[in-house]
Amino acid sequence: MTSIAKPPVRHPALHPNALGLTRRDYEGAMSTLCAGCGHDSVTAAIVQACHELDVVPHRVAKLSGIGCSSKTTAYFLRQAHGFNSVHGRMPAVATGVSAANRELAIIGVSGDGDSLSIGLGQLCHAIRRNVRMLYVLENNGVYGLTKGQFSASADVGSKAKRGEQNRQKPIDPVLLALTLGATFVARSFSGDKAQLVPILKAAMRHEGFALVDVISPCVTFNDHEGSTKSYASTRERQHEVAPVDFVPITHEIRASYAPGEALTVPMHDGSLVRFRKLAEDYDPTDRDAAYATVKRVHEQGEVATGLLYLEEDAADMHALNHTIAAPLYDLPFETLCPGSAALEELMRELE
Amino acid sequence: MRGARVARLFPDPASANGRNGDGDGDRVNDFAFKVGTVNGTGSASANSLLLQSIFRMGIPVTGKNVFPSNIQGLPTWYEIRVSRDGWTARTPDFDLIVAMNPATHERDIAEVRSGGWLLHDSSWPLDASLLRDDVTFIGIPLGRMCVEAFSGGRERTLMKNIAYAGALAALIDLDLDVVKDAIRAEFAKKPKSIDSNFLALHLGYDYAKANFACPLPIRLERMDATRGHVLMDGNTAAALGCVYAGATVGAWYPITPATSLMDAFGRFCARYRVDAGTGERRYCIVQAEDELAAAGVVIGAGWAGARAFTPTAGPGISLMGEFIGLAYYTEIPAVFFDVQRTGPSTGMPTRTQQGDLLSIAYASHGDTKHVALFPADPAECFRFAVQAFDLAERFQTPVFVVSDLDIGMNDWMIPRLEWNDAWRPDRGEVLTAGQLQAMQRFSRYLDVDGDGVAARSLPGVDPKGAYFTRGSGHDSHAAYTEDADAYREIVDRLKVKLETAARAVPPPEIREREGAEMAIVALGGCNGAVLEAAARLAIDGIPLDYMRIRGFPFDVAVGEFLRAHDRVFVVEQNRDGQLRSLLQLETGIAGDRLISIRDYGGVPLSARAVMDGVTAQLAEVPA
Repeated sequence: MTSIAKPPVRHPALHPNALGLTRRDYEGAMSTLCAGCGHDSVTAAIVQACHELDVVPHRVAKLSGIGCSSKTTAYFLRQAHGFNSVHGRMPAVATGVSAANRELAIIGVSGDGDSLSIGLGQLCHAIRRNVRMLYVLENNGVYGLTKGQFSASADVGSKAKRGEQNRQKPIDPVLLALTLGATFVARSFSGDKAQLVPILKAAMRHEGFALVDVISPCVTFNDHEGSTKSYASTRERQHEVAPVDFVPITHEIRASYAPGEALTVPMHDGSLVRFRKLAEDYDPTDRDAAYATVKRVHEQGEVATGLLYLEEDAADMHALNHTIAAPLYDLPFETLCPGSAALEELMRELE
Repeated sequence: MRGARVARLFPDPASANGRNGDGDGDRVNDFAFKVGTVNGTGSASANSLLLQSIFRMGIPVTGKNVFPSNIQGLPTWYEIRVSRDGWTARTPDFDLIVAMNPATHERDIAEVRSGGWLLHDSSWPLDASLLRDDVTFIGIPLGRMCVEAFSGGRERTLMKNIAYAGALAALIDLDLDVVKDAIRAEFAKKPKSIDSNFLALHLGYDYAKANFACPLPIRLERMDATRGHVLMDGNTAAALGCVYAGATVGAWYPITPATSLMDAFGRFCARYRVDAGTGERRYCIVQAEDELAAAGVVIGAGWAGARAFTPTAGPGISLMGEFIGLAYYTEIPAVFFDVQRTGPSTGMPTRTQQGDLLSIAYASHGDTKHVALFPADPAECFRFAVQAFDLAERFQTPVFVVSDLDIGMNDWMIPRLEWNDAWRPDRGEVLTAGQLQAMQRFSRYLDVDGDGVAARSLPGVDPKGAYFTRGSGHDSHAAYTEDADAYREIVDRLKVKLETAARAVPPPEIREREGAEMAIVALGGCNGAVLEAAARLAIDGIPLDYMRIRGFPFDVAVGEFLRAHDRVFVVEQNRDGQLRSLLQLETGIAGDRLISIRDYGGVPLSARAVMDGVTAQLAEVPA
């Protein structure tokens, strides 16, 4: 989406949001990814989601690790601080950012190599801590930046460009997250913005760790016959278990969802997430059912997409820690330093 | 020279040999003893009781815990040195050993100095082959008495420790009332425990009084030399420094010997940083999944503007390497405490060493160099912890406070810690929203005043401060680059920054001695032993100037001091002479001037090791 520089002229079709900002204000630097990369579509979806949610750009911290996916934090929200950290370790950095300033909205972007191999432990523990953040996993089954090695999410039988087949079983981040007790688990496809944008919006409003696994085909190394994460393959095999529509509280009144067709889940901030159920019995608040659905759909040779699981009442890192509401980085020194009298008292106790 | 010249904390020993000062041959307030027990049996509290009671009698005292990397069942020792002259170093010369662990009887008995005493539990006979003619054996049936007096295995085991403390009290004339006061304070909320402890104390005390000539010639006498001092370990002091410096985010992964630092930080925060009404915490401690994550949390928090730190040891530093390089290159404040233990690899986790000096000085790949502070005792752990946060924020770089297991985990007698309420943290160059708005353009890595430091912005403050932090090549505007000149501009500025930092770290502490032509150099936990050795060597006719290094990169005074002496003994606790190498690398001093004295077996350095090292070198190399 940002592969070519755009003129500074405002297109009449660019609608300002409640902050008076247009979508252009949520964009970033020009992408240096390959033309047609799924990641650029994800970037566009993040831009749209932030614009539609009236996110204040500079109140966002965008973080990433290393890899093609991790370059994308430069391509959205140019008015936000960005941090391209070290390979697989973005979750720890995000944890620190959240610890220091809980008022920042944190968007982490990672890939399957970054998240499922070198950073698997970090992903797991960020889930355990329930750090409040959107964690986008741009999943293409391949190491792009080092030119085409299988990643840990490559399916058994998928072929690399040179023909060799992957024989190792993949790690499915969605199943992993469900097992670890993640409080928001979703999967989508970079080519399906209609589904992806509402999921991202819901994830950004979630008061905890929100994992969004996005199948994002690699046009250069993994978009060919034999790849299970190509555009063609994903489009063909996508199985939408729960179409989602995210409705911020300010736009709550909408008539397009007839009763009985949708399950409405209120978010903590009062906004609503709606699931249109393909299967009558799909319940996004049932962790076991979510796990079973993802497995069953996978066994059918399809990819379950949608907001698969949501747990609203789980305490996030700060609730678990009983952290003061004000951001720690900015607390007045006088409230942090016990002072000389306290030290004298302590010394007397030690004498 | 800029080096700080300081007054001696304690005077040189009064007599030539520093011992046997009393006419009647008694060694009053000047001896060392050691207790050998099995770990996990509760001896630590008895040993702590002994240390505290001696301290409260006004007598300078030091305790060294020599313990295994194990929870229960292996040998452990506690060494107590009583020194009326105030020497704090460990001494390997034991006048008395309490041998409570049959598994180490042979070794313990062999270690008593000739003419010394051996206290053992005579509930079971001692193997006759272990007896020594030149040692007085004091057998007290501690086990049997405790079996008779107490019920239940646990209490019998625990009370045996208090019983040997009671016997010792009689033998060395430890004031029983002081011991009882300490017990009362310890068990203020458990009156039943007080009764048991008093009973056990008297079992040992009364038996010793009744059966042996008490006190022994090694004995205590009240002094007034601990007034204004406290007993404290370095990890507790460092944690207190973090609290006082205003650190709000602590991340860590448990590792000996650094664990107690975060434990103490948690305790102090619970006391000083929890809102009494709401229970809300003005801090966040993250127990990370590993040291890599701990470093990442600290760097993330530092980037977002909080004062953040992680306590660790050598293995943790190794794991953190990549993140340390990231923080250096992206210029993010972060404070690391390295409580060194014996390496390499897992090494000896419960033994002390100064083995991380080189790995910290240049931690991580590529051209890096780091600010490091070397506290010599818990008092400096407190002060340097506070200073580390200032330096980290002022220079926007990782800062290491490098202590060791001996400083970190043992109780040291230090002057009472003091605090100036007027002190405010130096947050460095952090731009406010107003300052950012007033700028034509914010360039994250542009140094305008030539000190190598560029002003930074914090996320969330103002859109104009937004920039992209990256560990990859970047220019002064924080934009990605692979351009040679733009790359060099950044790394050359980082070099200037570290040169500026060398003038801000604590300067070396220099003690000059009349007539000295040679010198001795050390850092950190070697200080006590070197001070004592230098004093004794001076009496023996070998006067040495002494420089204690306290910061890295080295202050210019370090090189000046080295060049002003033809021969400099470099004392350190590692095999390869890392400090010596660092001095050569950084000051360009010729290696033949620097004579290495190394002691690296894992126990705290003794003055004897230093003196033996110096005299052996002088014998080898004619002046």
